[in-house]
Amino acid sequence: MNSKKWDKVATAVLYAVALFIIVILFTLLAYILIQGLPHVTWHFLTSPAKAFTKGGGIGIQLFNSFYLLFLSMLISVPISIGAGIYLAEYAPKNWVTDLLRNAIEILSSLPSVVVGLFGFLVFVLQFGFGFSILSGALALTLFNLPLLTRNVEDSLEAVSFSQVEAGMGLGLSRWTTVLHIILPEALPGIITGMILGAGRVFGEAAALIYTAGQSAPALDFTNWNPFYIASPLNPMRPAETLAVHIWKINSEGIMPDATAVSAGSSAVLVLAVLLFNLAARVIGNRIYKKLTAE
Amino acid sequence: MDNYSLDDIYIKPLDSKEHELALSTEDLKVYYGDKEAIHDVSLPFERYKITALIGASGSGKSTYLRSLNRMNDLIPGARVDGKIMYRDLNINSAKVDVYEMRKHIGMVFQQPNPFAKSIYDNITFAPRQFGEKNKEKLDEMVEQTLKQAALWDQVKDKLHTSALALSGGQQQRLCIARAIALQPDILLMDEPASALDPISTSKVEDTLMQLKDQYTIIIVTHNMQQAARISDYTAFFYSGKALEFDDTKTIFTSPRIKATNDYVSGHFG
Amino acid sequence: MDPIKESLLKTSKAAKKEKKGKLISEFCIALIIIAVVAIFYFVASKGLATFFTNKINLWDFLTKTDWNPGVKDSHGHPEVGALPMIVGSFGVTFLSAIVATPFAIGTAIFMTEISPKRGYRIMQPVTELLVGIPSVVYGFIGLSVVVPFIRRTFGGSGFGILSGTFVLFVMILPTVTSMSVDALKAVPRHYREASLALGATRWQTIYRVVLRAATPGILTGIVFGMARAFGEALAVQMVIGNAALLPKNLISPASTLTSVLTSGIGNTVMGSLQNNALWSLALLLLLMSLFFNLVVRWIGKRGAVK
Repeated sequence: MNSKKWDKVATAVLYAVALFIIVILFTLLAYILIQGLPHVTWHFLTSPAKAFTKGGGIGIQLFNSFYLLFLSMLISVPISIGAGIYLAEYAPKNWVTDLLRNAIEILSSLPSVVVGLFGFLVFVLQFGFGFSILSGALALTLFNLPLLTRNVEDSLEAVSFSQVEAGMGLGLSRWTTVLHIILPEALPGIITGMILGAGRVFGEAAALIYTAGQSAPALDFTNWNPFYIASPLNPMRPAETLAVHIWKINSEGIMPDATAVSAGSSAVLVLAVLLFNLAARVIGNRIYKKLTAE
Repeated sequence: MDNYSLDDIYIKPLDSKEHELALSTEDLKVYYGDKEAIHDVSLPFERYKITALIGASGSGKSTYLRSLNRMNDLIPGARVDGKIMYRDLNINSAKVDVYEMRKHIGMVFQQPNPFAKSIYDNITFAPRQFGEKNKEKLDEMVEQTLKQAALWDQVKDKLHTSALALSGGQQQRLCIARAIALQPDILLMDEPASALDPISTSKVEDTLMQLKDQYTIIIVTHNMQQAARISDYTAFFYSGKALEFDDTKTIFTSPRIKATNDYVSGHFG
Repeated sequence: MDPIKESLLKTSKAAKKEKKGKLISEFCIALIIIAVVAIFYFVASKGLATFFTNKINLWDFLTKTDWNPGVKDSHGHPEVGALPMIVGSFGVTFLSAIVATPFAIGTAIFMTEISPKRGYRIMQPVTELLVGIPSVVYGFIGLSVVVPFIRRTFGGSGFGILSGTFVLFVMILPTVTSMSVDALKAVPRHYREASLALGATRWQTIYRVVLRAATPGILTGIVFGMARAFGEALAVQMVIGNAALLPKNLISPASTLTSVLTSGIGNTVMGSLQNNALWSLALLLLLMSLFFNLVVRWIGKRGAVK
């Protein structure tokens, strides 16, 4: 066979491979949504789960997922910005800095189950936080920090150095320059990264099974005092999230409509991820436009 | 290309009785790592005059200028030896607060680098950081500096729109306005017109001529006509050294050093 | 005295701010580093206890096939042979990488070389989304689609390495694909132009020039995919059957390091041998992720030299 024919064959094969992948991926998405969405009703989204009978919802789990996400972002966003600023602006070029970068790289590549076990050992047992939202939020922070930090560093470094010069040429400190001039310019990239990170955290389960726990005690949505035991805001209560819930009901297999609940929950999770991705794009673009447009 | 002697130097002395010096350097050396980029440059800069630094690219004029307000501190591995005298004080010393010093020795860069903020905020950001909160004073400052930079008429109706929407020449004049909002003694300018078209360039030059009454200006330029048009003194840089310093007229009509002569007459390299 | 001169000799507000700011940023980075060190310290100290406190032979741990830390064998030694889990983990990792690689590279070539406009526009958001789908969702689909499918096709329970491979294949595919795309896009355009100008066909150009130049980047993508597969816990745990037995074939229930960990750690008492043995598995997991990290670095270095 000559090279022209090979070229045609190869092209055909590549088309076939791509098509196959597209079919798999779209089927997957369609399957999740088609199987799941019919179960997603207002009742399903708001009512508490039932362990042994049909018709339970995911209300508490959904709330827990969002609250946990909020708390872990509350902790990880400032730390990652500080650390990102250090790496982008202050870190000298030497072996210590290389070591720091390697350590962050390693943290980001750790399996989330290891992070979860560490959280179990240290936050749950050693610190005595028990299975709680706090333990879970800290574990998620560990899981999330390296990626956020990298993202902040990259976004800051993408801003022209002439802006640092401009600020410092006016007698401003580097810190002020970074905080008020570089950081706002890097914000579109940073926000995009944060939202994508939030999506990752939202669906994470392995790091939470042994930190935030696998039970979702009933919540009293009329009492928002964080110190009240059944308060939704109480950070010391155990909190099964939506992702953990899917895992739990499938491994235990005592809930009669586990498949339906899992399908509905999966659809909700995937929609949430879709929303996070979309939001990342839209918000990033909008902030960028707002900063640069006339 | 001829190799010129680096020992053949003429620096016109400025008598301190007749000429008030705003800034001067003594044996200034700049190193990048182990490499010595600037060798023992001693130059005087007279108050309320424009001094031009000319020379081929790579001659060290920009490096020298950037060390005058210690912007080279930002570059990893850069080191500056020698004295930079300002108000009887060697500012090339750890004792001097570098941030405070840069308020008095401002800088305008080669590429216009306005902040991604509004025109108004570009000018008032630093003054507000330094404690000026009075809205009326800030408004007045914006108007005054923009007028000095010959930009007021073009932007007075859009002060709160993004500075990035301005043309290159307007951006550079905004950067000048931003620099003089801090009322510095000295303005360092690193080829401020090199990125601009001829019309914008002549506008920036007009601006500089007006600023001369209140500011000491040191300007790096590769454009000899520009140096001849606007400056009072000129220093010629070659291979990391200042070979000749004199009145601009003398430099361009009867320089003493062969290298200078070849450069200003266009027989260079 | 000249007020400006005086102010130059004082410490300015800006200098104080700078000091404070730098300190804050250093504090933040220190927190992260402390976390990394703490993870290694705690996991290692727990994981090594099996060998130092409980005196389990490391070689037995790695090669014996009976995993039942609560029970003693005929010689009175506890049964802590981790080989079934090690085989399971490496099995699903390698198999899924082997299956995913050709598809990922093919798709990446399609996206960058064959149909860079339309193909890229469709595939890019889809891969991004698939990277983001939570692993429990993959696990649930594995459980409700893949496992029954394999049960019907090959018999048995449907749980096993094959199901795990299928699920991981879909999970790592987007990772490997998007990294391969990046590697292919990084190949300078003039490589292609030069090759085409010499009369090579598009396929020859792709095969001989573009793929060669992108090899380090693609390899990095594959290793990343393997690392993800090796460390994946819940999706695998849901479909592999969780029997700590040496797998007889691809469709018999098996287990991985991660699956035993997730199902076991809550049911054992801290400090007991059963618990310590699990931590040893976690340590193994940690070391493997370190190993994958080193491989990526090594590929990066070799790729950079060329």
